[in-house]
Amino acid sequence: MSVGHEAAGIRIDRVTRVFADAGITALAEVSLDIRPGEFVSILGPSGCGKSTLLRCVAGLDTPSSGVISVAGVPVTAPPEHLGIVFQRDALLEWRSVLDNLMLPIEFRGGDVAAARGRARSLLKMVGLEGFEGRYPAQLSGGMRQRVAICRALVDDPKLLLMDEPFGALDALTRDQLNIELQRLWLAEHKTVLFVTHSISEAVFLADRVVVFSPRPGSIADVIEVDIPRPRRLAVRTGERFHGYSTRIRTLFEGMGLLKEDA
Amino acid sequence: MKTRDWQGILVTAVSIAVLVLLWEFLVAWMHVKPIILPPPSAVLRELASEFPWYMGHAWYTLLVTVGGFGLAVVVGVGLAVVIVESALLEKTIYTLIVGLNSVPKVAIAPLFVIWLGTGAEPKLAIAFLIAVFAIVIDTVLGLKSVPADILDLGRALRGSRAKMLWRIRFPCALPSMFAGMKVAISLALVGAIVGEFVSSQRGLGYVILSAQGTFDTARVFAAVLLLAIMGMLLFAALARIERWALPWHASQQEHRPSA
Repeated sequence: MSVGHEAAGIRIDRVTRVFADAGITALAEVSLDIRPGEFVSILGPSGCGKSTLLRCVAGLDTPSSGVISVAGVPVTAPPEHLGIVFQRDALLEWRSVLDNLMLPIEFRGGDVAAARGRARSLLKMVGLEGFEGRYPAQLSGGMRQRVAICRALVDDPKLLLMDEPFGALDALTRDQLNIELQRLWLAEHKTVLFVTHSISEAVFLADRVVVFSPRPGSIADVIEVDIPRPRRLAVRTGERFHGYSTRIRTLFEGMGLLKEDA
Repeated sequence: MKTRDWQGILVTAVSIAVLVLLWEFLVAWMHVKPIILPPPSAVLRELASEFPWYMGHAWYTLLVTVGGFGLAVVVGVGLAVVIVESALLEKTIYTLIVGLNSVPKVAIAPLFVIWLGTGAEPKLAIAFLIAVFAIVIDTVLGLKSVPADILDLGRALRGSRAKMLWRIRFPCALPSMFAGMKVAISLALVGAIVGEFVSSQRGLGYVILSAQGTFDTARVFAAVLLLAIMGMLLFAALARIERWALPWHASQQEHRPSA
């Protein structure tokens, strides 16, 4: 159903971000190459700078040093063809579901009729057919976040940035949305940068899991996840999945973030 | 309307009727002089005896109130927008406005008569001045209440300043603006009456002031009754417009999420 934009690669080259006022180094010399169409999870404890990195890629924040380029173009402002999803859904309460999905077209321009058709088919893919005219206040948290994801995809972005999008949802809804996100990704093959602090979510969704160490944020390890897709929730109890989770947990223990015996 | 709404209206109507009857009965029973407190029947008789005359004055007061209020909305919202868009104006104009708001506006009313004469203009000006502060302050509050992630979303979508203002900030501010307008409409009515008190040959404020001169208490009460009805109707009209303009907000108040 994609109408054309090719997925964009991301190059992050020795990016450092210092918040001088607060005296905090959020990111220290982070380098990472992301292939077009790749699903990368950024995993780390709270306050490790993973959201800061995502904001820098989105052009909402500027690195103190280092360069980020999207599809070969250095980021100085929000790049074209970018989809973004936040932890809180950031839906406009005064707009119906369908009108929320039309916001990117209104802001960036484009074919309104085509976008409306695409909006409807995206909503159908996440089981929200028939909810086009509802207001966000009439939806549950999980449905709202589905709408936010559809909005990010509606004008066929080259790149999808997700900042702990399921962090505020209950465990069951979260599992369900992991499955739906995987389905959307398999259909669309966007480049996805997915920030989370859930080990199992990171492994379940990603081609690669980038593990961050706490402040100042830097890359502790990069783990290739070699589990065929589509993955079912049951893979989480399988041996390979267990191996990846254990490896990550050991990393976190080494950083002093997990202590079983106090 | 739902049955519960009708029950609410019924309860209100019955309690008002009981109070009015009590008033009628107590005034007769305790032999209160009509010049101190006329019975409700006398007030209604007075109102009915010169109904078109009362309506003429009420119409004048209504026009001044709505005119002053309308002016306050246009100027107030305009000011709020420039204040929010400019850090400099926020430091200068907004600080000044917040400061001026603490001045008792009624005290300046005579000045307007000196400046603008004795026609409708000074009354409009006073109604405007009393009403405008609530609108500026609540609109600024609303325009600034946009959640940070929605502003980030707008920036990520490369939204122009105008689009951010009209499609994000402004609709987000509407509930707060209506809250300000509901306060402002009552204040505009106060302003209109103050203006008519200070100098006028027309309007309910003039009716009250001239009736006071002849100790015609029933006439004062008749005018006050009309003012009360006018205030309630204006408020109800705004609430109706609000429900029409903000269906999403009303839906938030009336229904629980369906799933």
